[in-house]
Amino acid sequence: MLEEDIASTNVGLDLLGQARLWLAYAGEIDGRSEDRLAYFRESGDFRNLLLVEQPNGNYADTIARQYLFDQWHVLVLAELATSKDSRIAAIAAKALTEVRYHVERSSRWVIRLGDGTDLSHGRMQAATDALWMYTGEMHIADASERPLIEAGIAADVEALRVPWLADVRSVFAEATLTVPADSWMQGANGRGGKQGVHTEHLSHLLAEMQVLPRTYPDARW
Amino acid sequence: MYAQMVETGVERVQVVAEMAPDERAFQARIDADIKIEPKDAMPDAYRRTLVRQIQQHAHSEIVGMLPEGNWITRAPSLSRKAILMAKVQDEAGHGLYLYCAAETLGVSRDRMIADLHAGKVKYSSIFNYPTLTWADIGTIGWLVDGAAIMNQIPLCRCSYGPYARAMIRICKEESFHQRQGFDIMMALCRGSAEQKAMAQDALNRWWWPSLMMFGPPDAQSVHSAQSARWKIKLLSNDELRQRFVDQTVPQAEYLGLRVPDDRLAWNEASGHYDFGEIDWSEFHEVLKGHGPCNRDRMRMRIKAWEEGAWVREAAAAYAEKRANAPRPGPLPAMRGEGDRRAAPVG
Amino acid sequence: MTSDWPLWEVFIRSQHGLAHKHVGSLHAVDAEMAIRNARDVYTRRNEGVSIWVARSSDIHASSPGDRAPLFEPSNDKVYRHPTFFPMPEEVKHL
Repeated sequence: MLEEDIASTNVGLDLLGQARLWLAYAGEIDGRSEDRLAYFRESGDFRNLLLVEQPNGNYADTIARQYLFDQWHVLVLAELATSKDSRIAAIAAKALTEVRYHVERSSRWVIRLGDGTDLSHGRMQAATDALWMYTGEMHIADASERPLIEAGIAADVEALRVPWLADVRSVFAEATLTVPADSWMQGANGRGGKQGVHTEHLSHLLAEMQVLPRTYPDARW
Repeated sequence: MYAQMVETGVERVQVVAEMAPDERAFQARIDADIKIEPKDAMPDAYRRTLVRQIQQHAHSEIVGMLPEGNWITRAPSLSRKAILMAKVQDEAGHGLYLYCAAETLGVSRDRMIADLHAGKVKYSSIFNYPTLTWADIGTIGWLVDGAAIMNQIPLCRCSYGPYARAMIRICKEESFHQRQGFDIMMALCRGSAEQKAMAQDALNRWWWPSLMMFGPPDAQSVHSAQSARWKIKLLSNDELRQRFVDQTVPQAEYLGLRVPDDRLAWNEASGHYDFGEIDWSEFHEVLKGHGPCNRDRMRMRIKAWEEGAWVREAAAAYAEKRANAPRPGPLPAMRGEGDRRAAPVG
Repeated sequence: MTSDWPLWEVFIRSQHGLAHKHVGSLHAVDAEMAIRNARDVYTRRNEGVSIWVARSSDIHASSPGDRAPLFEPSNDKVYRHPTFFPMPEEVKHL
């Protein structure tokens, strides 16, 4: 549906806008621009949740990935909005208003597809089952995060596990979906997205995204 | 243009004396610049022509998302990426507004999309050309959107109310599209030799197809004449094409790019640019389906539509279940919005 | 079962406190989705502060054939307009 194309592009634009704000702030430390950080780092230098680099798949896969992330994102941003670092707090506060809408939207789709037809229910459940193993690392603080959490700068992601799971359970209940059993979580061993150990998908995404600036490194666009 | 060669279903334009009384009354309203609205009586040929024209226009918007969408993942900076996403998203919106305008004439969007997929209704020939480099994205914004705006501004005054209103909204939103294209071209032309060559190459490939967008010379076209009489086509193909050339050539000069036409020359006497012959055989072949990308474009649209079928069904099934067992109260996010349950409209 | 989503009419109140105005239509399975889609489709440029949606099939319109009996009677009530009453120039604030 065109309506969905338009709505999901709004989510994409919000997230891209937020990414630019974070990159610009991060770049102030060593003088690199947002584009330098986005286009001239290797996959191993990227620190991102494995969940968000998973392929689009069918619409249930896309929605499952989006919802599981949004539900975490909204909690993290709410914490960051009270960060002792005022820049972080300001970016998070702006992003929070956008992400509240994202989670509303993606949770409605989880419910629609989960409680829609037999076919959509099956696909939604399968998508959730397949992505569940990437949800563990969202709630494990990396060694580099801990001092920041203690200093009141970063969000205590481990404390967010309980509220996250409660929200997921209530959405899944309405969607008539089963919350997958916790099994082995990718990255739980300290070798995941937060440490730069990725799935195969990220380097493909980056190869495509970075092709022009890498081919013409001195060009301005 | 976005709706090229729209059939009107008439053999020749009638003179007033030949018209039936209701047709004469209808023509009188058009001549008096009174807008025709959905429930008004209108000749069948007018309705059919409008449905065809508006849906060609709508299809052009959504097929036009594909060549540009092709570069979203490879946009060379995050800011260019955001701009391109917003632009392609706007095209989806424009397609949507136009489908809705056509729906007021009694044809469903699903029907129109089925007709597009079955090859019964065309879209603009321009979108059957490939986007090979980043410069193509600049060129499309500069030339293709430039040509589109030229055609769409007069359509804001067309005789059919919902179409005119959709065009007003579209023109308002489109104003940034052409500029972002020219902005990309300026960056390339001020850049390295490789970037400049990229820009020139893109202009070489897009120039003639852009001129073809305005449709064949309409001197003998009975369809154009009838559409002009109905005020659903306000300027002739040739008139628009000339304006486009006159406007674009100085812009190319500013960029330091060469327009790929040896016969292009300023004509002091006419106050316009003279330009070379357009290869109309290419235009007709592309319209018939023999352009470089016709098959890819349709395959992509059909794939997206078919892969979405189960999602559309699921959402409809869910809504039906809910309608039979209504939820208690509004959604959490909607709470506190007092006027959600409409009080008297005032 | 049909996958043809019903059509909704969208009304938006702009920033300036004017009445809700019809801006266009869209497809959605229910009112909630229609409101959200309206937000995404019709307020991408910060156009609104409030959205109404109504099923297109629920809107009743006057018939074009009734235009004369409905609207012409008000044509000759010129005294309803302030310009009907010429005021002397030297009198202000009227």
